[in-house]
Amino acid sequence: MTYLTSILLLAISTALINNMVFHYFVGNCPFIGVSRRLDTAFGMGAAVTFVVTIAATLSWLMTYFILAPGAPLTTWVWRAVRPGSTATVDLSILNYIVYIFVIAWAVQFVELYVRKFFPPLYKSFGVFLPLITTNCVILFSCLEVMKHVPVTGAPVTEPWGLDKAIIFAFFAGFGFLIAIVLMGGIREELDHCDVPAPLKGPGITMIIAGILALAFMGFTGMDANLARRLSPKPPATAESAALPAP
Amino acid sequence: MSDRGNDGPTPVERFIGGLIPENPVYRQILGICPSLAVTNSMEGALTMGGAALFVLLCSNVLISLIRPLLKPHLRILIFTLTIATFVTIADRFLAAFLYDMSKQLGPYIPLIIVNCVIIARCEICASKQSVGTAAADALGQGLGFALGLMSIATVREILGFGTWFGKWLGWRVIPTAPAEVWSPWIIMILPPGAFLTLGLLLGVFNILTARRKSA
Repeated sequence: MTYLTSILLLAISTALINNMVFHYFVGNCPFIGVSRRLDTAFGMGAAVTFVVTIAATLSWLMTYFILAPGAPLTTWVWRAVRPGSTATVDLSILNYIVYIFVIAWAVQFVELYVRKFFPPLYKSFGVFLPLITTNCVILFSCLEVMKHVPVTGAPVTEPWGLDKAIIFAFFAGFGFLIAIVLMGGIREELDHCDVPAPLKGPGITMIIAGILALAFMGFTGMDANLARRLSPKPPATAESAALPAP
Repeated sequence: MSDRGNDGPTPVERFIGGLIPENPVYRQILGICPSLAVTNSMEGALTMGGAALFVLLCSNVLISLIRPLLKPHLRILIFTLTIATFVTIADRFLAAFLYDMSKQLGPYIPLIIVNCVIIARCEICASKQSVGTAAADALGQGLGFALGLMSIATVREILGFGTWFGKWLGWRVIPTAPAEVWSPWIIMILPPGAFLTLGLLLGVFNILTARRKSA
């Protein structure tokens, strides 16, 4: 499988097949809470995409260089403090605390930066930034990235380089954007409908989300099919395709 | 006790309030991620409820103890770091003693850190009230959350697998013998079933509360 194919498959499987909201159920609080209007829904989705990319990049770097068992920076510091020690240094117990710190920092930083240098952008999604620290999508993406960081100590089933981690994070945010924009559009139309009183608000939103999740289940298996189509054809097929021409 | 509000609810009222009238899942619609993700079996719901209760209780008590030191602009960061510490403890504990559940719940245990219920309780209650009140509030809300999870899991596991506590106790609710009478609804175990169940249960809960109020 070529590099581009693997990137494409990762993107599709993250954004559509394993959609954050409809498959992993993360980011449901803003999905229910901020999806009442289409424009606010889009702002929230864009802000999440922006922050999740930055946070996942940072947490890949932190995990690879500092937190993972036998990470280079930590090992170097340990060797400097205790010359001659051969123990493997493992800081992975600090993972969660460091990630949530990185996320909180990234959100603050992004908010300041966007407000100073891109005022129109700040107007469109800046107000949602403080809410994002507690958005599950961000932490979930960081944890997924953590599982795939190549470490020297324990072998990982499917190691991701920094490039794949960034692609994953961006499309995780993009999948959330798709979901919340869909829901925002549907809920704007829902204003004109006669919903049974007990189901008004969150109840009917959940049921619509269930139907959307059913629709998204239709994407299952798309990646395997696509992988078969896109993988380089064996020589025999290439010949048989070329033969009937004359 | 000087900082307790004069007209605020007493600890007992807070405890009762968390169970049904202010239930985190059905009334405040908080912490939706775990209540959808782990509720396809009772075991998952119970473990998640227990872990969340532990984290909520410990962090509420600790935040309440250090509340004179909190600075307004840093408080959310302090809350999340405190919660993250206790979640790490809970995560390691589950990995050591309930390895199967730890594997099954996977990333949803660390996601307790960003569970809105816990941060909301720290913000609303623990950072303003004394230790006893905060602990009572945490117990009520935590038990209410666990009850909410287990009610969803009951519906999903019975309709989806036909069992109740199937893995631990092996109780079978719907007999398998005549296969044509009942076939399990696989959709209840899959993601759409979670959304549909929670949506319908929210409706049922609203009907029941409305009926009690009018009666």
